[in-house]
Amino acid sequence: MKRFIGFIKKEFYHIFRDRRSLFILFGMPIAQIMLFGFAITNEINNVDIAILDHSKDATTEAIINKISASTYFSINEVITKESDIETIFKKGKIKAVLNFEKDFSKNLIKEHNATLQIITDATDPNTANTISNYINAILQQYQKELNKDVKLAYQIIPQTRMVYNRELKSVYMFVPGVMTIILMLVSAMMTSISITREKELGTMEILLVSPLKPFQVIVGKVFPYIFLSIINAVVIVMLSIFIFKMPVQGSLFLLALESILFIVSALALGILISTISATQQTAMMISLMGLMLPVILLSGFIFPISSMPLPLQIISNIIPAKWFVIIIKGIMLKGVGLQFIWKETLILVGMTVFFIALSVKKYKIRLE
Amino acid sequence: MNKNKVIQVEELTKMFGDFAAVNAITFNVEKGEIFGFLGANGAGKTTAMKMLIGISKPTSGKAAVAGYDVFTNAEDIKKSIGYMSQKFALYDDLTVKENITFFGGIYGLSRKQIKEKSKVLIEELGLENVANKLVGALPLGWKQKLSFSVALLHDPKIVFLDEPTGGVDPITRRQFWEMIYKAAHNGTTVFVTTHYMDEAEYCDRVSIMVNGKIEALNTPKKLKEYFKVDNMNDVFLKLARE
Repeated sequence: MKRFIGFIKKEFYHIFRDRRSLFILFGMPIAQIMLFGFAITNEINNVDIAILDHSKDATTEAIINKISASTYFSINEVITKESDIETIFKKGKIKAVLNFEKDFSKNLIKEHNATLQIITDATDPNTANTISNYINAILQQYQKELNKDVKLAYQIIPQTRMVYNRELKSVYMFVPGVMTIILMLVSAMMTSISITREKELGTMEILLVSPLKPFQVIVGKVFPYIFLSIINAVVIVMLSIFIFKMPVQGSLFLLALESILFIVSALALGILISTISATQQTAMMISLMGLMLPVILLSGFIFPISSMPLPLQIISNIIPAKWFVIIIKGIMLKGVGLQFIWKETLILVGMTVFFIALSVKKYKIRLE
Repeated sequence: MNKNKVIQVEELTKMFGDFAAVNAITFNVEKGEIFGFLGANGAGKTTAMKMLIGISKPTSGKAAVAGYDVFTNAEDIKKSIGYMSQKFALYDDLTVKENITFFGGIYGLSRKQIKEKSKVLIEELGLENVANKLVGALPLGWKQKLSFSVALLHDPKIVFLDEPTGGVDPITRRQFWEMIYKAAHNGTTVFVTTHYMDEAEYCDRVSIMVNGKIEALNTPKKLKEYFKVDNMNDVFLKLARE
C-alpha cells in the first residue's frame, strides 16, 4: 500500500509539472463548456434584418412593429429598391430581408392574400432556417389577430410544446455531450499517453523489473486519472448549474455512479490503446481518431442518430459514449431514475467488462 | 546449490519462432564478481539478460538468480536485484530527491531508510546543490551515476547493468567504473553488458556471445593469451569474424 501511494504521488508530480497535460485536464473542460454554452448556440437573438417596403401602409407597419417588438430581431436598415438586397447581404451584417409587395394592404383586403417575401442569408443554413421559422410564427400570430372575428369552419391550430428543455437552450444539449468528450479525453487519451510515455522513456522496464506487480503499475498509472476525471465531471456539472442555470433534474448520486462507470470504461480503452502503441504520438493519434471522432460524430451529441444512414446508426451502437449520452441526458434533463436507463447502463457495464478483459489480456506482462 | 554462485545458468534458451535468440547458454557468476557480458548487437545478450531479471520467460533450460528459479520465482528475483537499462531511466520531471524517494519506495524501503540513504547517496555523488533540481537539468554523466546509485539503493545481491556507459565521456566512464568496483568490493555482484572493449578489461571475467551462443568465457588475461592478442578488442574481432 505504501508503495502504491508513492507511485501515485509520482504520477501527480508528472501531471502537475507538465503544462500541456494540466491544460488538457483543467483548461479544456472549462473552455469547452464556455464555448458550447456561449458561442455555439442554436438560438437566435437580436438578429439584424432589413425591410424593403413597397407599399408602406397600415398593415405593413403593423407587421414591422410586431417583428421589431420581438427580442429575436432588430430592424437595422430600411432599403428602397430590390437591387439593394444583394448589396446589404454582401456586407454580411443583415441576415434576412423582408420584402413587402406593392399594395400589400389593398391586396390583403380585396383579394384575401398578399405576398411577403422573406429572404434569408443561407450561408449559415441552420440560422437561416430558424430565422424564417420565427418570422413565420410572428406572421401567423398576426393573421390570427386579423381573423379574430371571422369564424373559419375548420381550423387546425398546431400547438408545439417543447418538453425537458422548454427554453430550447442549446447549452442543455451540449453539457452532456461536452462531459462525455472530456471524460473520454482525460480518461482514455491521457492514460494511454502516460503509459506509453513510460515505455518510450524506458522507465516501464525499470518498473517491471522492480518488485511492483504489473497490475500495480497499471492501477497506479490509472488511479490519478480516475480522480481527475471525477473532479472534471464535478466542475462541468457545477459550471452548468451555476453559470448556465441548467438544473440537474435527476439524482446526483446516480449521475456520479454512471459517470464513474463511463470513466472506467474509457480508462480500459486507454490501457488497451497503450498496449498496442509504442510511442506517445501513436497513442495520441489512435485516441483522437479512434475515440474522439466517433464520440463527437456518432454519439448523438451533435448529430441526431435517428437521422443518420442505417449503417452509421448500427455502428453508433458499439460506441460507449452513445449510451452514456443517453444516460446522462436522461438524468440531467428528464430526471429519470435507474428504472428508465437500466438497459443503457447494462450495455455500458457489459462494454466496460469487455474492454477491461481485453486490455488485461493484451497487456504484456513480460516486455518481449 | 553453491552459495557462492549467485547466478547459475544451464542450457538456457529463448526461441522466437524458429529463431534461437539465445541458444543453450551455460555459465555461472560468483558472489562479488564483476562479470562482463559481451557480444555484438543482436548477439542475444539483452534477451539473455531479460530472462535473468525476470521479465522474459525462457523457452527451455535452467537458471537461478540469487538462489531463485527464473521460471517459478521471478518475483523473488526482482527483490534481490538492481537493474539499470541502456536507456537512461530516471524521471526527468522529478527532482533528484523525488527520484530516490520513489525508487526507494517501490523497493519497499521505509521512510527512515530512504531518508538516510538519500543523504549518503547525495553526499557521495556531490549532488548537494542540485538535490532539489529536476533530474532533466543534470548532465548525462551525473544522471548515469545517479541512476546506478538508485539501482543499488535497496542493497541488491546482484546489479544488472545494460550498457551503462553509452554516450558518456571518458572521465565519467572512469568514475563510473570506480563506483562499480566499490559496489563489487562491498559484496554486490555486478553483471554488466558493454560495447567498450577497454571496459571489458576491467571485468573479473567476460563472456562473449556470438549468434546466441557463448563462444568464450574466461578472465580477460586468459582470453588474450588464448587468442594470442594484446587487447580485448582483438579478441572480440577474432571471435566475431569466425
